[in-house]
Amino acid sequence: MVEVTLWASLGAAAGGKEKLDIEARNIRELFRKLAEQHPGLEPYIKQGIAVSIDGVIYRDTWSKELPEDAEVFLLPRIAGG
Amino acid sequence: MGFDASYTAQKFKSVGSRPVRPDGVDKVTGRARFGADFNMPGQLVGRILRSPHAHAKIKKIDTSRAEKLKGVKAVITAADLPDLTDGNAEMYDILDNCMARGKALYDGHAVAAVAAVDAQVARKALKLIKVDYKVLPHVTDVDEAVKPKAPLLHKDMFTGGVDPKPTKPSNIANRSQYGHGDIEKGFEQADVIIERSYKTEQTHQGYIEPHACVASVNADGSGDLWVCTQGHFVYRQHCAELLGLDVSKLRVTSSEIGGGFGGKTHVWAEPVALALSRKAGRPVKLVMTREDVFRASGPTSATSIDVKIGARKDGTITAASATLRYSGGPYSGMWAELGAMTAFACYDLKNVRSVGYEVVVNRPKTAAYRAPSAPMAAFAVESAVDELAHQIGMDPVKFRIKNAAKEGSKSSYGPVYGPIGIGPTLEAVKKHPHMKAPLGKNQGRGMACGFWFNFGGQTCTDLNIGADGTVTLAVGTVDVGGSRASLSLVAAEELGIPYSQVKAVVADTATLGYNDMTDGSRGTFSSSMATISAARNAIEVMKERAARMWEIPVENVIWENGQAKAKGKKYGNLPQLSVKDIAAAAGNTGGPIAGHSEIVADGAGVSFATHICDVEVDPETGATKVLRYTVVQDAGKAVHPTYVEGQYQGGAAQGIGWALNEEYIYGEDGRLQNAGFLDYRIPVCSDLPMIDTQILEIPNPNHPYGIRGVGETSIVPPLAAIANAVSNAVGVRMTHIPMSPPRILAALDGETAD
Repeated sequence: MVEVTLWASLGAAAGGKEKLDIEARNIRELFRKLAEQHPGLEPYIKQGIAVSIDGVIYRDTWSKELPEDAEVFLLPRIAGG
Repeated sequence: MGFDASYTAQKFKSVGSRPVRPDGVDKVTGRARFGADFNMPGQLVGRILRSPHAHAKIKKIDTSRAEKLKGVKAVITAADLPDLTDGNAEMYDILDNCMARGKALYDGHAVAAVAAVDAQVARKALKLIKVDYKVLPHVTDVDEAVKPKAPLLHKDMFTGGVDPKPTKPSNIANRSQYGHGDIEKGFEQADVIIERSYKTEQTHQGYIEPHACVASVNADGSGDLWVCTQGHFVYRQHCAELLGLDVSKLRVTSSEIGGGFGGKTHVWAEPVALALSRKAGRPVKLVMTREDVFRASGPTSATSIDVKIGARKDGTITAASATLRYSGGPYSGMWAELGAMTAFACYDLKNVRSVGYEVVVNRPKTAAYRAPSAPMAAFAVESAVDELAHQIGMDPVKFRIKNAAKEGSKSSYGPVYGPIGIGPTLEAVKKHPHMKAPLGKNQGRGMACGFWFNFGGQTCTDLNIGADGTVTLAVGTVDVGGSRASLSLVAAEELGIPYSQVKAVVADTATLGYNDMTDGSRGTFSSSMATISAARNAIEVMKERAARMWEIPVENVIWENGQAKAKGKKYGNLPQLSVKDIAAAAGNTGGPIAGHSEIVADGAGVSFATHICDVEVDPETGATKVLRYTVVQDAGKAVHPTYVEGQYQGGAAQGIGWALNEEYIYGEDGRLQNAGFLDYRIPVCSDLPMIDTQILEIPNPNHPYGIRGVGETSIVPPLAAIANAVSNAVGVRMTHIPMSPPRILAALDGETAD
């Protein structure tokens, strides 16, 4: 079980919820369950979002594991220069 | 793939050394081939017609006279670039920016293009194109654009991120919010509060090399594109999508690049060149003039930022909030959101809130500029922090150390930080001799911190062992800052061979798998990870081959110091085999030897820097001279320290120009007044002192060599460091960037700075 915090716009697409408890072992499972429970999140997931796990920001690599009790934050994909 | 990216804490032989840069001689002798240095037989000259109006409806375009001109082979408008974006709003905006569809949205917006046998004919043809405009009211200022009666750019723009969704359209594309805690309560706890508004003007990335490409589309749907770009794979993808070509049939080769800084991460002229070539049936060379580059290629945002920070008498910040308005040009982007995310990222705050407003204006489409959006937010916040420290009577460095984010702090953009480098950079600055150097009359010192995300991404490399044992490394990240040398050092290190035996090249899109572009400070970070992975794979192959050469089990073969060695009692006496030995027998032992790697580089880790600046301001002219400048930044592990220093110095130099002189000046008519380096003043050598650098090396635990990206962070602190220095020198708080002489004189005269 991981507690996932969504950045504000994403939270709005999930019916205003900022924090969600999701049972997921890796990023792919997380996205799947999020999309199932909150279909409004699907376009964001498709476009690509960044996943912060215990402070380190990752790309959306499906197999990246989510350690039990990890702090998981979903952030927008960041543009660089 | 089974690649282990964790830090090895090994001692380095090649990494960390300073071989003479391999690209130097070519670049100074003119041998290096940049975007405009390539030619194809039969090529035509492309030229673009641009709107002279900031905002206008395009009623009709008559290209008939231009088409009839002798020597003209193709004329195109938006009609020749049909909309294939299939509902993808981002791609549609890119398409519209390449060539206006129905409305010109800024002075310089492309409305038509020609391909002709020479430049003279092309220029003549442009003059023969008749565009019927209906001029509309325009707005170019970020604060004016949000006022209720401001001219509307898009009738269908309703601010996103607002619940309930607004019913009236506006020029605010999006609202974003970050933060945690209770700022009202936090401000109640404060003994001192600083509340100020700041403005920064729009600047250009200022790369010396204008955009240039040669495009060739054949009747069978295949195409070639030679172009200066930060990401040839992304360019291929986008150009193919926009033109309806098969991605695999479009071959994009990146030239040597004369600077990009984020401005060459998006297509803009390239689809036009391809469309011209497709229509003309011949290659088309399209080279932007400097004026075109200023008027129509992505500058950074102009901003207007309100900051409020409160602290107790002991220096603890109790609450911080910011409202940030960023201009994105005529299309929506995430610039304000990035500003909101990065504004307070250096600090450990219990109560923090930042709100970003993405504002559209009639200016060119904003593009990323080296840590996009962070420098402006840092300017506002670090200026306020400095003022706050001053009012409390605390040293500005000590104040920041007291409030700096550390491992376990909840970042202002959400996640809790792991181990980070802001503390070490501040401690290094505190001890640095620059802080103790004496100051004279009209001189002031300022310091500031900055933050940037850095990221990884999709990367692949091919490492091929030649028949003579030398190594060719083909990478997919464009070399913007010396990565070919750095990656060669990394390959040499991992293989255990001399650097002189490795040569790195940037492959084109047909000869290597997909690579994300060189942005986000990811070039060396990602490609070095892939290089290490590829080298490890090559070593496994070479161990296999050595085993075959010795006719022993491969379990008895180890790789040490660039040699295969047989170990154990039974085989330990066999003489070592070098890469050269193994390569010589490759044909007999199984064929050519190579190591490949296709990965998603991850775990880049956030980046911090602290800068110190001394200035002298002439009270008569308002001119500022930078006397001394020091950059302190964590590189994790500097692969080629000279190049890392170059990145630190480059970011600082751009920040200095931005802070003191650079700005886009628009007239009442919405036209850009200073589209050239004479009137848009960037620093030249005589303007700057030698910029001192201190490279900290706190290894990145997620990279085998501890490498961190370094390219962007050094542009984040300068606006603030210089503003603090100038404010200290003149005794007046400066709140408007650039602090050009007229603004400084106005501040000294006690007027409100314009």
